[in-house]
Amino acid sequence: MLEGILIGLSAAVTPFNLMMVVFGCVIGTLIGMLPGLGPMSIIAIMIPVAIGLGDPTAALILLSGVYYGAIFGGSTSSILLNAPGVAGTVATSFDGYPMARKGQAGKALTIAAIASFAGGTIGAILLMIFAPALSSVALLFHSAEYFALMVVGLSAIAAFAGTGQVGKALMMTILGLMMGTVGEGALSNMPRFTFGVMELQSGFSFITLAMAMFALPEAMFLVMNPARSTQGADGGKITNLRITRQEARTIAPVIGRQSLQGFFIGVLPGAGATIASFLGYAVERNIAKGDEQKEFGKGSIKGLAAPEAANNAACTGSFVPLLTLGIPGSGTTAILLGALIALNVTPGPRLMTDQPEVFWAVIISMYIGNLVLLILNLPLIPYIAKILTVPRTYLIPFILFFTMMGSYIGQNNSTELLILVGFGVVATILRFADYPLAPLLIGFILGTMLEDNFARAMQLYRGFSFITERPMTLGLLVLAALLVILPSYRRLRANKRAQGVADGD
Amino acid sequence: MALDRWIALIFVALCFVYGYAAFFTMDQLLPPILQRNPIWPSTFPKILAICGVIVGLVVLFGSKPPKVDAAAKARGLDPLEADEAPDDAVIDLKRLGDYNVWQAVALLVAMVAYALLLRPLGFLLATVAFLVAGGALLGERKFHIMILVAVIATGVIWYLVQEVLGIFLSPLPRFM
Repeated sequence: MLEGILIGLSAAVTPFNLMMVVFGCVIGTLIGMLPGLGPMSIIAIMIPVAIGLGDPTAALILLSGVYYGAIFGGSTSSILLNAPGVAGTVATSFDGYPMARKGQAGKALTIAAIASFAGGTIGAILLMIFAPALSSVALLFHSAEYFALMVVGLSAIAAFAGTGQVGKALMMTILGLMMGTVGEGALSNMPRFTFGVMELQSGFSFITLAMAMFALPEAMFLVMNPARSTQGADGGKITNLRITRQEARTIAPVIGRQSLQGFFIGVLPGAGATIASFLGYAVERNIAKGDEQKEFGKGSIKGLAAPEAANNAACTGSFVPLLTLGIPGSGTTAILLGALIALNVTPGPRLMTDQPEVFWAVIISMYIGNLVLLILNLPLIPYIAKILTVPRTYLIPFILFFTMMGSYIGQNNSTELLILVGFGVVATILRFADYPLAPLLIGFILGTMLEDNFARAMQLYRGFSFITERPMTLGLLVLAALLVILPSYRRLRANKRAQGVADGD
Repeated sequence: MALDRWIALIFVALCFVYGYAAFFTMDQLLPPILQRNPIWPSTFPKILAICGVIVGLVVLFGSKPPKVDAAAKARGLDPLEADEAPDDAVIDLKRLGDYNVWQAVALLVAMVAYALLLRPLGFLLATVAFLVAGGALLGERKFHIMILVAVIATGVIWYLVQEVLGIFLSPLPRFM
C-alpha cells in the first residue's frame, strides 16, 4: 500500500493537479451552495471541461473535487438559509438552521466544516484499506459474475429507492437499459433501434441524458416554484467561528461513529449520502441522553455534526464500488463512470494494476481536497456565502445555458440540444409523478457493460447454462431477485393486514 | 388514473414497440454466420422487453402505498417540525396551478429557439440573446445591467471554451 501511496503522491502532487483539486473544490462549493443544483448536475456540467483536459488522472481529480465540494457547499446553504442545495445535506438543516437563527451561524459553519473534513478524511483512509482488498477479490470474477454483480447492483438501487418506489425504480432502470441499447452495439456493428435516424447511430450521449435528467428538471422547478430558491441571505452576520474545547469533545465521538457508518452506507449501491445523513442523524438522536436528545432539532451541535460527517464519508464510500468493480452505486458515480469511459479508463479491478497512478492519485487528492475545503470553508465562508444573493433572474438563465453548453460542446451538434430539451420535459413529468431518475441514468451507463458481460458469458457457455454452472453467478442472481421481491412482498402483507383491520372495524 | 399510472401505461406500450422491433425486425438482417452465435444482437433487448412489460404491468396495476415524500420522512425523523406547514420547497403535482408553469414553458421555447439559432446567428449573438431573453422572461427589468452581464459572461465563456478547452464554437453569424 505504501508503494501505492507514493505513486499517488507523485501523480497528484504536481502543480497542475493541485490546481485542479483547488479549482474543483471551489467550483463545487460555489455551485453546490446554489439551491437546486445537486452534485450530479454540477459534475455533468463539468464533464466537458474534464474531458477537455485529456489526462484521466487530472480529470478524475477535478471531478471528485467538484463532488465533495458540492456536498460541502450544500451544507452552507442548509445552515444559512434552510435551503439545502443538495439532498444529502437536508439533514444538516435540521440543527444547522436553528443554530444560525440563534446567532451561531459561524459556529455552525465551523462544526459543519470540521465534521465534513473528518468524515471525508476517515472515508479516504477506509477507501485506501478496503478498495485494494475488494479489487483483488474482484479479479477472480468472470464475465458471468460481473453480469450477475451488475444485476445485483441495479436491483439494489431499486430496492433502496424507498417504500412503494421499488417498482417505479425498476421501471426506470429498465428504461435506462433500453435506451442504452440504442445505436451501434459492441456485439456487432449492427445499428439497433435507430429507426433510420442518423443522429441516433452512435446512441444517446450520456452527458445530454445526465443534464436532461437532473439539471434541467431542477432548473424548471426553480422557475415554477420560487419558494425553492429562498432569497435574502444574511451574509453579513457570520461572526465568531470558534468552538470551545468542551464542544469539540462532545462532537468528536459523534463524528467518529458517523464517519464509519456513513462510509459503509456509501459503499452499498443505491444508498449514498442522503440515506447516510438521515440515518446518521436518527441514530445519534436515539442514542443521545436526556437533555441532549431534546436539543436535537433546536440547534444541537451533535445533530449538526452527525449528518455532515456521514454524508462526506458516504461520498467517499461510493467510490469503492466504482473504483474496484466499475459498478456505480449512485447517480453521481454513474456520471463519473461515464466520464472515465470517455477518457479511455475502464474502472474495475484491473484499474489498480493497469493504471495504479489514476487510482492512487484520486485517493491522495481526496486528502488534499478535504484540506482545501477546510481552509476554503473556514475563513472565506462569509465571502463565499455572498453568491447566495445572486438574483434568480440571472441565476436560472445561466443554469440553463450551462446545461445546454455541456451537451453541445461534447457533440458540436445542435440536434443534441433538441434531444436535451425533449428529454428534459419527459424527466420533469417523471419527477412530477414521483419516478426516481437516478436509476434510469445508472441503467443507461451500465447497459453496455451489462450486455457485454452477458454476451461473453453466453458465448463461453454456449447458452444460458452459465447461470446454473457457476454457483456464484446463481447466488448473486438469486440475491438480486430477493432484493426486489422482498420489499414488495412485505408491503403486500402490510397492506393486507391494514385492510383486515379496516374491515373488522 | 393518476399520472404515475399513465406513465406506466405508456411505458408498457413502449416496451411492446421495442419488443416488436427486437423480436420481429432485427433477426432477418443478421448474416448467417452470426446466426450460429449463441447470442444475437436482439437477445438482450428481447429479455429487456419482457422484463419491462412485467414491471410496467406491476406498477400499472399494483397497489398504491400511502405517499411518503422525502420531506415527510425527514419530518418523521424530526417530530419537532411535524406540526409545521408543508414544505414549500417540495414539488407536488397537486399544486401545479400555483406554479409558474408558463414561465417554464417559455424558457423551454427559448431553449429550442437557441438550439435552432445557434448555428445561423453564431455563438456570441445567440448566447447573449438567450441570456437576456431568459432574464426578461423571469421578470428582470434592469436591461442595461442584464445585457452587460450577458455580454461579459458570453465573451469569457467563449474565450475559455475556445482557447482553454480548444473546442471550436463558431462565434459569428453565418453570413459574416
